[in-house]
Amino acid sequence: MSAKEAERFLQPPGMEKPVASRESQWREFWRLLTKNRLAFVGLFIFVFFFLIALGGLILTSGTKPFFDPAVVRLEEKLRPPLSSPKSEILGSDRIPRLGLYLFGTDELGRDVFSRMLQGAWVSLTVGFVAVGIAVFIGILLGGISGYYGQNAVRADQMLVMIVWLLGIGLSVAGKAAVGILLLVGGSTLFIFSRGWKRNEGRREPSGWARVLWRKTISIDTLVMRFVDIMLCFPSFFLILTVVALLPASLYNIMVVIGLTSWMGTTRFVRAEFLSLREQDFVTAAHALGVSNWRIIFRHMIPNAIAPVLVSATIGIATAILTEAGLSFLGLGVPPPHATWGNILSDGKNFIFDAPWLTFIPGVAILIVVLSFNLFGEGLRDILNPRLRERS
Amino acid sequence: MLSVKDLKVYFYSDSRVARALDGVSYELRRGETVCLVGESGCGKTVSALTILRILPQPPGRIMDGKIFLDHQNLLDLDEDEMRKVRGRRIAMIFQEPMTSLNPVFSIGEQIGEAILVHEKVDQEEARKRCIQLLKDVGIPSPEERLKDYPHQLSGGQRQRVMIAMALACHPELVIADEPTTALDVTIQAQILNLFRELKRKREMSLLYITHDLGVVANIADRVYVMYAGVIAEQGEVRHIFHDPRHPYTQGLLASLPIRAKRGKALHSIPGTVPNPAFKPEGCPFHPRCPFAIERCRFEFPEMCDYGGGHLSRCPVLYGR
Repeated sequence: MSAKEAERFLQPPGMEKPVASRESQWREFWRLLTKNRLAFVGLFIFVFFFLIALGGLILTSGTKPFFDPAVVRLEEKLRPPLSSPKSEILGSDRIPRLGLYLFGTDELGRDVFSRMLQGAWVSLTVGFVAVGIAVFIGILLGGISGYYGQNAVRADQMLVMIVWLLGIGLSVAGKAAVGILLLVGGSTLFIFSRGWKRNEGRREPSGWARVLWRKTISIDTLVMRFVDIMLCFPSFFLILTVVALLPASLYNIMVVIGLTSWMGTTRFVRAEFLSLREQDFVTAAHALGVSNWRIIFRHMIPNAIAPVLVSATIGIATAILTEAGLSFLGLGVPPPHATWGNILSDGKNFIFDAPWLTFIPGVAILIVVLSFNLFGEGLRDILNPRLRERS
Repeated sequence: MLSVKDLKVYFYSDSRVARALDGVSYELRRGETVCLVGESGCGKTVSALTILRILPQPPGRIMDGKIFLDHQNLLDLDEDEMRKVRGRRIAMIFQEPMTSLNPVFSIGEQIGEAILVHEKVDQEEARKRCIQLLKDVGIPSPEERLKDYPHQLSGGQRQRVMIAMALACHPELVIADEPTTALDVTIQAQILNLFRELKRKREMSLLYITHDLGVVANIADRVYVMYAGVIAEQGEVRHIFHDPRHPYTQGLLASLPIRAKRGKALHSIPGTVPNPAFKPEGCPFHPRCPFAIERCRFEFPEMCDYGGGHLSRCPVLYGR
């Protein structure tokens, strides 16, 4: 061995060699997903249904849709699945596109296959939009409560909030003039209290100011008690009430389901934030001069998002079920638009004569909900850092 | 350049007050390395967090004192002004490289953030500076390393990344809070060399917090020995190591394992560090002090000047 080689041997180039393999996070995620067979099947089924729903949306809408879910053929009502239409009675424009009733017909002779296609999009969008709303509210409130939770709300801020809430309430309830007046008043109060806050410590507060600056309760208490209150309502009946009051439409239902299912996410995010804010990297970010908002959005939310995603996938399944339940009770998306829930509910009157009318949408809901739950469970395992370290 | 004057930080819990810092004063000159030495819980880290004003409040509360950075009292600044000081003029390196990096971002993004928060530069420029910084702290093939995540790096490399982040905006002062405690001895030596080299190149001051006297002897210009929230002794390295004038410093040095004492039992200071909520009256060290006299029990000792910047808070030894 020459001297040069010996030196190289004793002092290898570079100081410390990497220990872990270089694998991007997505690659690693994908590898773990394919290894978790149930989750993979769940994702696969979900993607399959999503494509069907997308195709269904395109093929069943418009003035002359490819699959027309609205064609009534009273002559051909309650035909079993896979039966072929009698073309001599129907006339060429009312023959179903496939040349047979793939899923049979309902009591008005409408093609159940077309109706299922139309309903698929409703079910999936309700799931996604409702959960999207819930996750948004959950992250916002949970984040505030977890990060700023220890700060107390001052009495003047409480006053502003109460005035604002009253204003919003009155505007919604119809007394718009008084409501807007209150909103304007609340905003003025808000600006004033910001100004007072800035002068804090520079001069001796007067008696009034001292009363207004008194600390009432912490932000954490405020938010979490609100969560508790919302959880007290049996949510399905709350939704029923709201839906009965509002005009029935797809969007109202999405929003209402979203507004009544954010509490779990809020608790998750709060718990995550409480532990994250004590982490060294948050202190380190502070020490670098990173602002609070940037810390919340860039440093903490990406770390807190995993359990939220898991609960969201399961939440989508719940939202689909809730929508189906509402439609089943006749309070969902108004007819003639088909949803899986109202196909099911229309079919229940003929359950002995035409079992496919309940069976087919029921199985579809079952499969979609199950695939989401499986995917959610699998995601929980995949995103669990302890399992990741091992593999 | 930095001078901390009579800083008092108390922690309030439901029923008790823990006096974490009880009137601490120290100062740093430009380009100087100052070590803050003391046992766990004596207030070293609290004083560092207070300088950057990132001490969690509550429970902590700054009761009194001033922190001057070039004649500007940091305790008077509001949050926005303070944010411009953090990272840009004073940066901090933390003890645990394992948890001080955000696990979900690549190190390039994290160092880049340190630059982008304070300076208006574009992505490409930031990337170039990240590479240069990683080169400066001795990480091999920095272009590829930028895309790595913290879990793909070893402990020593992570600490190097932390140092790179701290240096990103050319701060005048770097506070290093036990940066080598979590690392093993060989890596520790590398990191200390790195500090020495960087300091020479960049002309920055370094406030180095540690409990390791070996490290102190290695790196410091001047030393402050802290005990139970007060400065016990201060002076240049040679004063502290060759002529300690406080019984606590003497005890610490006597506890070092050195070759001359091979085979004999190691010296230890009797007793334990006082709970900051129940500090003894008088000199906080008197229950453990071999030289304690009656007066130490109720009279808080004054600093005694030995000349040349060497001060010790023990009038008993000064009298001898």
